[in-house]
Amino acid sequence: MSEPKITPELIRQHNLTEEEYQLILKQLGREPNFTELGIFSVMWSEHCSYKNTRPLLKGFPTRSAKVLVPAGEENAGIIDIGDGLAVAFKIESHNHPSAVEPFQGATTGVGGIIRDIFTMGARPICAVNSLRFGKLDSAEVRRLFRGVVAGIGHYGNCFGIPTVAGEVYFDESYEGNPLVNAFSLGVLRHEQIARGAAKGIGNPVFYVGPATGRDGLAGAAFASQDLTEESAEQQRGAVQVGDPFMEKLCMEACLELLATGAVAGIQDMGAAGLTCSTCETAARGGTGIEIELDKVPQRGPGMSPYEIMLSESQERMLIIVHKGREDEVKRIFDKWDLPWAEIGFVTDTGQMVVKHHGEIVADLPAAKLADEAPIYHREAAEPAYLKETRHLDLDSIPDTTDVVGDLKALLAWPSIASKNWVYRQYDYTVRNGTMVHPGSDAAVIRVKPDSLPVLKEDSPNRDVVAPEKYLAMSVDGNGAYVYLDPYEGGKIAVAEAARNLACSGAVPLGTTDNLNFGNPHHPELFWQLKEAVRGLADACHHFDAPVTGGNVSLYNQNPKGAIDPTPTVAMVGLIEDPSHITTQWFKQEGDVILLIGAPVDSQDTHQGLGGSAYLKIQHDLKKGLPPRCDLAKEKTIHDALRGWIAQGAVRSAHDCSEGGLAVTLAECCISGETARHTPHLLGAEIQLKRSGKNRLDALLFGEFQGRIVVSVPSVFVGKITSQAELLEIPVEKIGTVGGNSLSIQVNDERHEWNLTELHDLWFNAIDRIMES
Amino acid sequence: MTQAESSTVSETSADQPSDQQFSFGVLQFPGSNSDQDCVNAIEVMGHEAHYVWHKEESLGHLDAVLVPGGFSYGDYLRAGAIARFSPVMQALIDFANKGGLVLGICNGFQILCEAGLLPGALIRNRSLQFRSEFVHLGTINHDTPFTRAIPKNQLMRVPVAHGEGCYFADEETLAAMESRGQILWQYTTSQGGKEDHANPNGSVRGIAGVCNEARNVAALMPHPERACEEAIGSADGQWIFRSLIEHLSASR
Repeated sequence: MSEPKITPELIRQHNLTEEEYQLILKQLGREPNFTELGIFSVMWSEHCSYKNTRPLLKGFPTRSAKVLVPAGEENAGIIDIGDGLAVAFKIESHNHPSAVEPFQGATTGVGGIIRDIFTMGARPICAVNSLRFGKLDSAEVRRLFRGVVAGIGHYGNCFGIPTVAGEVYFDESYEGNPLVNAFSLGVLRHEQIARGAAKGIGNPVFYVGPATGRDGLAGAAFASQDLTEESAEQQRGAVQVGDPFMEKLCMEACLELLATGAVAGIQDMGAAGLTCSTCETAARGGTGIEIELDKVPQRGPGMSPYEIMLSESQERMLIIVHKGREDEVKRIFDKWDLPWAEIGFVTDTGQMVVKHHGEIVADLPAAKLADEAPIYHREAAEPAYLKETRHLDLDSIPDTTDVVGDLKALLAWPSIASKNWVYRQYDYTVRNGTMVHPGSDAAVIRVKPDSLPVLKEDSPNRDVVAPEKYLAMSVDGNGAYVYLDPYEGGKIAVAEAARNLACSGAVPLGTTDNLNFGNPHHPELFWQLKEAVRGLADACHHFDAPVTGGNVSLYNQNPKGAIDPTPTVAMVGLIEDPSHITTQWFKQEGDVILLIGAPVDSQDTHQGLGGSAYLKIQHDLKKGLPPRCDLAKEKTIHDALRGWIAQGAVRSAHDCSEGGLAVTLAECCISGETARHTPHLLGAEIQLKRSGKNRLDALLFGEFQGRIVVSVPSVFVGKITSQAELLEIPVEKIGTVGGNSLSIQVNDERHEWNLTELHDLWFNAIDRIMES
Repeated sequence: MTQAESSTVSETSADQPSDQQFSFGVLQFPGSNSDQDCVNAIEVMGHEAHYVWHKEESLGHLDAVLVPGGFSYGDYLRAGAIARFSPVMQALIDFANKGGLVLGICNGFQILCEAGLLPGALIRNRSLQFRSEFVHLGTINHDTPFTRAIPKNQLMRVPVAHGEGCYFADEETLAAMESRGQILWQYTTSQGGKEDHANPNGSVRGIAGVCNEARNVAALMPHPERACEEAIGSADGQWIFRSLIEHLSASR
């Protein structure tokens, strides 16, 4: 079979620049062949190499006393949670595949991240996701939304992992380029951490999982270019097909095999499939690897080396086994009726050698491929649009005259409305660990002894019963804020995640982030990325929540332009005692409602309305500077809140975010739910004071940061307010829980809402759009 | 939600085991995923549970068998349609034919229908979407090994999580089942009403669970095994396991 000749045209088609091609020639000392060119193109794609972002990512804090495996070292970072236990977690995007094939794009996104977790030797125990779509009035957007949600549900439900939290925003900037970020978390004992390194010269290399097909050819390269209608059409074949059933079997078999001690190294075949897994394991092991493609299970005859090496067929793993223990692989994979094949061995040459029909079809330096991709310091320039958006003249916008209508409109706005239409399609109860279900600020999962992978037979810890642990997690990211001020917006994404954890009673352990941005060659878009990363890094540092890994997705644009720059931040925290687990809805009639944090930020010239949901909905403006985020104040508030929770003083805690104080209060009244068609509605009487210069809409709907609404038994009010005074935290009594309506009195003006009506508007908003 | 608002079963049952220990088998098919939850629930109840691999041809000595939820064989072809051909199924059928207690949950319900151990079939939810939520269950017949400990008028709040849970049988079959007391559980509102909106999947007559004529094989779509501890939202599922244990104690 003759392979295409290497021409400038072919190099361009592989998304490699002339400069990069020259570097390849230099590294090899010769011309690459077609297969080798393909291998370089995927390994040096942004998706695999971070060539445009590596210098920026160095700014992230990645270490703490609890970090066992730091970011960038393996498939996922690992953090100590005490008593010899640890968590592995990561978030990853599947944006472009989901744009062209929403169901399969989303399923394989979930599958990929779950594989990253069990590759570390951890048992995945929950999934979380963060989604962005265009506005739901478009039929095409509804199709994408429906497909993505069904796909996420299908994969997690069948695999048997609870999908416990998430967020969804709708904004025109994501039209045609939805964001699908999937997160998974697994647990393990310290001694069970597995490594993706090809260790031990002569050790056999096994391929396990279903056969390789032509699906997902060069998906990593596809993810690393602008999404256009043309590319979407051409690249439909780059989207893989997910099989959660196969992955469930593959995970069980891998964990069983890891417990035998026969495994020297393990790596999933994700982006860039066999290519990436072989050269990365060799690079990590400081070794070489030789494989024979004739031995790779293939779906059909006649696949070329290029296709086999670049395929992204799903649910496949590469396992390096200690020589002499091959039979254990065979026994376990036969038990699970899974295909396996011994395809090669570890060498001492440092080369990745690929043979096909007895001939060498690729012979490349593994470490150079994996670690020495070109690094670019891209040009950044402050975007011109900021001059215009920063200028928000509030005086030209009349203050609200219809507070009642405003709140209803905000609650029914899909980005704020209940996401039950989404999470009712996700199994969130499987594995008997979910203590706080979707619908509160953060999900809470318990880690119990049967959550952990089986230990090796000779482990000294076999008879040690692991104590229960309680983990909280939240994912956050407001693209509008980042668009209007990338640095501040980046900080806010982290601060909100940390605040959500604090509201559930948790202390942050670590962060994983997904950077969804536009084309890095565009200086203004690169500036957004650079500034946002700076904000994320500062905030992660502040909350002592190091970044343990994540994903970069660039080239997110559609024919109309780039998306709002959207870093999504998933934070994981630990709750010390189950009695500290706190949810957002009011619990008890007569409890006192306190607002922690100042009601308004007098230094914010845009009065909390910059980039707010209110400004967007009622005035169709995405303008102004987002609210300011004072990290030091935030941290003090979170620590104080956790202290009050630990004292048993807090019955509910809910953070103020999109829609401001009024939306937060409404959610406290209506978001409790005991069962299907059984909301737990509990009203509140609120009194607020407004000084002359403050706007009414700003007081009720401004999105000032660092605010939390809590309800507490009245006996604790004195104690909390005096402690708050010592800590210089503003705490104000703003009302009482009770009744079946929400009433908010501002000075002498009273506004009232019927809870049944508010609940219906909020709870059924997305259902009405999707099912009518 | 957490620390569920409705607390109906005290969690002390685990602390007061009947003097007898019973041994429950939990079948494991490729793709079972609530198998571990079943073992967890039995242990919470203070009894022993063992996994039984689908390639086994014998069940060994067991007092009762649970057929758990999940996506056996990926639900390919049709939910439960392939699992029924597993070697362990013949052993299960023999066990049931000798009067052994068998409880199917979710995918286990689908498998038992496919295997002919229970009447009717489960088809796609009326919404054509997967449904995951807590529902209320009312018990229709309290005179079975699966329901005997459930107090009259006691509603159970338990989760559902399925895409193909819409129970269907023809009118004639339903009438016969009703007259023989084979309809065990129906979806209800929080007040016990049988309004249509209480029904998460469109099941005929709001049926959530049924048993065979001999009343030793039963199944339901909701997950009582995921509702045996207040810590995870509800302990109401204990009523069903308590019934089984009471029955085993009485008949030993």
